[in-house]
Amino acid sequence: MTDERDIGGPRQPLLQVRNLLKHFPLKGKGLPFASARSAVRAVDGVNFDILKGETLGVVGESGCGKSTTARVLMQLIQQDSGELVFDGETVGSRALPLRQFRRQTQMVFQDSYSSLNPRMTIEDSIAFAPTVHGVTSREANTRARDLLARVGLQPERFAGRYPHELSGGQRQRVNIARALALEPRLVILDEAVSALDKSVEAQVLNLLLDLKQEFGLTYLFISHDLNVVRFISDRVLVMYLGQVVEIGSSDQVFDQPKHPYTRALLKSMPSMDPLQRTMEAPLAGDPPNPINPPSGCRFHTRCAYAQPVCRQRTPMFANDDSGHGVACLRYEADTASLFASEVSYA
Amino acid sequence: MPATIAVVSINPPTHKRSRGHWANVAARIVRNPLAMIATLILLTLIFIAVFAPWIMPTDPFATSMFTRLKPIGTPAHFFGTDELGRDMLSRLILGGRLSLFMGITPVLTAFVIGSGLGILAGYAGGFINTIIMRTIDVLYAFPSVLLAIALSGALGAGIVNALTSLTIVFIPQIARIAESVTTQVRRSDYVDAARASGANAFTIVRAHVLGNVLGPIFVYSTSLISVSMILASGLSFLGLGVKPPEPEWGLMLNTLRTAIYSQPWVAALPGAFIFITSISFNMLSDGLRSAMEVKQ
Repeated sequence: MTDERDIGGPRQPLLQVRNLLKHFPLKGKGLPFASARSAVRAVDGVNFDILKGETLGVVGESGCGKSTTARVLMQLIQQDSGELVFDGETVGSRALPLRQFRRQTQMVFQDSYSSLNPRMTIEDSIAFAPTVHGVTSREANTRARDLLARVGLQPERFAGRYPHELSGGQRQRVNIARALALEPRLVILDEAVSALDKSVEAQVLNLLLDLKQEFGLTYLFISHDLNVVRFISDRVLVMYLGQVVEIGSSDQVFDQPKHPYTRALLKSMPSMDPLQRTMEAPLAGDPPNPINPPSGCRFHTRCAYAQPVCRQRTPMFANDDSGHGVACLRYEADTASLFASEVSYA
Repeated sequence: MPATIAVVSINPPTHKRSRGHWANVAARIVRNPLAMIATLILLTLIFIAVFAPWIMPTDPFATSMFTRLKPIGTPAHFFGTDELGRDMLSRLILGGRLSLFMGITPVLTAFVIGSGLGILAGYAGGFINTIIMRTIDVLYAFPSVLLAIALSGALGAGIVNALTSLTIVFIPQIARIAESVTTQVRRSDYVDAARASGANAFTIVRAHVLGNVLGPIFVYSTSLISVSMILASGLSFLGLGVKPPEPEWGLMLNTLRTAIYSQPWVAALPGAFIFITSISFNMLSDGLRSAMEVKQ
């Protein structure tokens, strides 16, 4: 499938995220000049690429910065520093103004209800974005009806309805149709199926796979559900406290996880085999406070492998030849010898 | 012999637009007896006010020294007469014009200005919000009666000045509601989705914000109409609003206060009308609120 919007060719990543940083400053309590220096370090130096045509899954505990990353990628909130390069062009540069970037990147939110205007028919909700970009309203409505049919909602029955008249699954289909109305190349799915029943979730996931094929889409799929991420993703990125700790193909991350956090996360998936039942939670406690993250490796407070060096040295993120990347001192040449060869988890 | 298979075609119901939000609100309010009674009373009062010159039985300005302070039920003066012998019924009918006008106009004007300011502050947020809302807080800090009297006193007596000062009293109250509702809508995912589509702030406010905030602001404003009527009556009572001999319920209450011991029922009539009108506006406002609050 050739796309005349494809500038960089198939080897150019669709979106490169470079040193993305977003801190939310904590307001000093009431006093305007009591400048509090502390901040929630929601996204703290994130780097990754989204390749053309892939589905990149993002996993991590709640509060690890997944959703903030998504909102910064959508430019709904401005990053403090770092840049986004979309198909070779920096977002916000003259070559790719924000408005043009937004045509090509759309988002599906978790809450299917609050992401639809309750006073608009779903047809109008879907048709809104195209009209913003100069499509006549007649054409936009035709497109909206085509998309409704494409996501499995008969336009003649559903077009004139309001969001409260639909079920959660139907509403999320509408949200998907709305995201596709601008014919984007990248769709960010922020916990898009998390609020749905399991049976409906499967239907929507299959719909997403079909749509990806049909429209040549690239997905960034954010979820806390590891099974779903494994099902849909080509590559997986693991986040912990605002940083990327591991990235690799779905098989690499799920079958040969490197980072202790990833291992613990996978261990926390309930096993189908009663003999393999997890008796103890592999990860104890809540993640540390992102206001004052731990020094050195941020995971050392909960890590079974942790050595004194982990407290002092910040691990560097490094990719191996197969594109499996990890940020852990166990894999750094000069510190690897400090660790015991293997620790059994739980 | 091959069996015939009956083919039943099931036609999906043809495209039907669902009832919109306001149609639903209307349907619910019609089923609310209190709100309907209030609406009926208000429509009657408005009808009487509009057609007052044709309805009132006698000249409301004609004085007579021989028929002063007649009680209710006097022949030819159904509601009695006031301290100058003027027919109370005619004066109440004509007075409703000014009283309703002074109740509704300031609220309507303040609705337009206050909503504008509040929506701007709520949607823009940050610095613009601080400037608008802190300025408004200065006015908000005064008790509304005091502010209305002070402004009217400073501007001078007269209907236009009274309307102006009442409008200024209501703008901060409406703007605060508008700001808080808009801030909520501003944070919703559908506004984020609209921003992600590349729409500018003006388009988003027009398409997504107005429809969701004007309802609650309007309901709040209707509850202010009764306050406005009472404040307007108060201003007239103090001689800062309508000037005699023009009939207006608040002013009539003032001039009849001397007759409170001789003809208490007649003296209380304008007050009763103010009471009925303002309670009707409040009941309608309550009805609107509950009709709109239903979780869809």
